[in-house]
Amino acid sequence: MALGSAIMVVISRNPVHSVLWLIITFFAISGHYILMNAQFLGIVNLIVYAGAIMVLFLFVIMLMNLNAETEPQKNKWLKLAGVVAGGCLLLVLVAALKQAEVKGKVAMLETGDIGLIRNLGKALFTDFVVPFEISSILFLSAMVGAVVIGKK
Amino acid sequence: MLIERYIYLAIALFCIGIVGVLARRNAIIIFMCIELMLNAVNLLLVAFSKMHHAAAVAKGSTAGIEGQLFVFFIMVVAAAEVSVGLAIIVMMYRNTHSVDVNFLNRLKH
Repeated sequence: MALGSAIMVVISRNPVHSVLWLIITFFAISGHYILMNAQFLGIVNLIVYAGAIMVLFLFVIMLMNLNAETEPQKNKWLKLAGVVAGGCLLLVLVAALKQAEVKGKVAMLETGDIGLIRNLGKALFTDFVVPFEISSILFLSAMVGAVVIGKK
Repeated sequence: MLIERYIYLAIALFCIGIVGVLARRNAIIIFMCIELMLNAVNLLLVAFSKMHHAAAVAKGSTAGIEGQLFVFFIMVVAAAEVSVGLAIIVMMYRNTHSVDVNFLNRLKH
């Protein structure tokens, strides 16, 4: 499901449809997180990506009044070259993975409690408190930067 | 579940994102494909963190929790990046009345 909707993101001509397919992709990825019992990340993924970021994208697309007619068209050979390059990368990565020694390792499903908010929060505010504060400064500067860029 | 299946899924998502960046010319769709690649990496990090946790034998150990915190920080950075990037795209649309990235091949004029 994630793969199908991700492909639809790339091939749909209308940008609004593309955004909607991307939301479905994010829902599928959140489902994977919850399956792996990483509940905090699943919920954060839903709220931040499928909620906030996608609304931002939709808002910008509506603001620019984009649709399939105004969609810039690339020439056919460049498109083909893009697809071939991506396919080659896929091939190389899969071939490299065949050589790697990951056989038989399992990811725990539905067990383990490291994904719960309690444990994540404890680690976040003890071991990772400096990056946490730095990320708040990053947010502040991003906000100021967006406003400054948008004002011109 | 076997870790390889998650690796294959993440590789496929990442390559779809690469194809989207290379084959499309709409700046917003290129931006969304970058988000797709970030999410593929996030999925892989969470899968590896659970794998690491499964390998740790001690009961009540928090092995692997760093991976999930990394994913959290990646999400924070991605949110900041999206806000700035969309502001840049809006400004570019105001200047050129198009979101075609080919109009950006000359940065000054």
